[in-house]
Amino acid sequence: MTEALTATGAAPSKGASRGPGETWPGRARAGQWRLSLAGFAALIARDLRVLVKMPSSFLLRTVLNPLMFVFVFTYLYPRIGAGHFGQVAGQSLATVALPGLVASAIIFQGLNAVALPLSMEFSATREIEDRVMAPVSHRLVALAKVCFSALQSLIAAVIVFPLVYLVPATPVQVHVSSWPALVLATVLGSLLAGFLGLLLGTVIEVRKIATVFTVTVVPLTFLGCVYYPWASLHTVRWLQVLVLANPLVYLSEALRAALTSALPHMSTLASLSTLAAMTVVLAWAAARTFTHRVLT
Amino acid sequence: MTGPEKTAPSWAGPRLRVEGLVKRYRGSDRNAVDGVSLEVGAGEIFGLLGPNGAGKTSTILVSTTRARPTAGKVTLDGIDVAVHGSRARRHLGVVTQVNTLDRSLSVWENLYFHCRFFGFSRREAKARCRDLLDRFELADRSGDRVDHLSGGLAQRAQLARALAHHPSVLFLDEPTAWLDPQSRLALWDRVRALRDQEGVSVVLTTHSMDEADRLCDRVAIMDQGRILVCGTPEELKRAVAAAVTVELRLKAPPSPEVLHRLEALRGVERVTSEADKVEVLTASRDGAVPDLVSAVGEGLLDLSVSEPTLESVFISLTGRNLRD
Ligand SMILES: Nc1ncnc2c1ncn2[C@@H]1O[C@H](COP(=O)(O)OP(=O)(O)O)[C@@H](O)[C@H]1O
Ligand SMILES: [Mg+2]
Repeated sequence: MTEALTATGAAPSKGASRGPGETWPGRARAGQWRLSLAGFAALIARDLRVLVKMPSSFLLRTVLNPLMFVFVFTYLYPRIGAGHFGQVAGQSLATVALPGLVASAIIFQGLNAVALPLSMEFSATREIEDRVMAPVSHRLVALAKVCFSALQSLIAAVIVFPLVYLVPATPVQVHVSSWPALVLATVLGSLLAGFLGLLLGTVIEVRKIATVFTVTVVPLTFLGCVYYPWASLHTVRWLQVLVLANPLVYLSEALRAALTSALPHMSTLASLSTLAAMTVVLAWAAARTFTHRVLT
Repeated sequence: MTGPEKTAPSWAGPRLRVEGLVKRYRGSDRNAVDGVSLEVGAGEIFGLLGPNGAGKTSTILVSTTRARPTAGKVTLDGIDVAVHGSRARRHLGVVTQVNTLDRSLSVWENLYFHCRFFGFSRREAKARCRDLLDRFELADRSGDRVDHLSGGLAQRAQLARALAHHPSVLFLDEPTAWLDPQSRLALWDRVRALRDQEGVSVVLTTHSMDEADRLCDRVAIMDQGRILVCGTPEELKRAVAAAVTVELRLKAPPSPEVLHRLEALRGVERVTSEADKVEVLTASRDGAVPDLVSAVGEGLLDLSVSEPTLESVFISLTGRNLRD
């Protein structure tokens, strides 16, 4: 092999002398910060554009489930003589389920807003590619997804609340006992939902995602203290302990404490701190799986 | 130039430098890239030529911050891609083997958001989109959903997107593998224009020796994770005792015995026959013709020897065909 045929060594330079990227390398670190911020905003803007194109899919997945529930159990039941169904501590099911339905709307937004699209974007079409090639860290790309999902969770909460308040035929006893706790629970729950969605979206193959949704969403909802307070499970002790693994329980209970404090509920400190701890753990795990998925 | 203002001095070294790159995937027992070193200068079209599984895509994945190097180092305009991934991404554009356009967005939106990811203001991004749509003849498709684009159009849109932020090195992974011959020639013209008019360096992978030969300024022939040889196409063809193809025309279709004798000759890699024609690929030209003539014997009508190609270089280096 001759000297000339090694791969390194000066290559004859052709073409114009101006290199298009040649002014980039010296950009100050401050430039990278500004660029990261701009990139982050653009990633959110992209997701927003996709959402705005199809607002009906967001509305349907947010509204349908709680609407059908309150319609059947809190509007129809009282009219067909089953008005006592689901009462707890003298409160109607409409009151019992209101915090729970808001909580489940928040949590499952994360799956729909992050897990499903992300799992598809990582699969055959690899649409995620252009976003992970943005000049921002991969963690920021993941964080943008989570933040946008959290935003959708907040909007979902705002939409579902009046629905479950107004539809029932029986009066709903709602009184905000602590605004800070209410806001904190909603925000923490929204972030937790986003990280949960990120985790599932990065570890589950697209062809399995429908099955995974079914086997997670259904038990998490029915065993998430959505339709009954956690305290009332004391008669089925093993279940009361088992459901403590379900993050939805803590959000339902935290909202119950903040909105319907007349009902038995977990202490706000316990529910919020567990919610925070679970959010941190999920964030840590999801950051790992996302990076793992992006970088081979 | 459209886009965020750029400051700071220019980088005088090679645009891309790969030093002793090794890539072994998790759970694999062999190196997909096994000690590759190469340099690509400004305004150069550099080809990685090799059969499937040679490690071309893996080399690109590491260079474009999408895979971690197992060992070795890749720098882009002097920036270590494994250490400063986000910074390095400003210097590179990539068109992957599969279409990765954002299916939820239109053609225009794909370009627009790409610019925004790179810190362009709304105005700058819109101006850049207009530029690109014109230049890549996509203006009348700008509102189309990308899943309705044909292969050639989708590739043009991907190329426009890869160039939107003015990268200094453009990576094209098998850019013409799925294109019809006409789109393929058009792409070659575009790539040459990028080099000549904007000084963009292009690194492309291909398993087409024709493409490597006609488009690339320099070519590295890769096999099993290693670079076998690297130089201009002419240098490679000249320096390697390249294999040649000899075409024989006979009076009648050859008997199996004749074909057998040809295959048994020293240096012969492959014998194919069709009616009265026989094509023989032989590792070296030296002494080949007399051997062939005597092996065929009486029935020979005509004989021609073709010029060495990059494929013959590959064959003489590995004893295998590019398509094997
Ligand atoms: N993600 C991966 N995990 C494990 N092995 C891989 C992966 N990607 C590629 N390989 C292996 O690495 C080798 C080189 O592949 P690749 O870089 O795609 O080659 P080329 O692009 O030249 O066809 C092949 O043997 C391939 O099977
Ligand atoms: Mg490849």
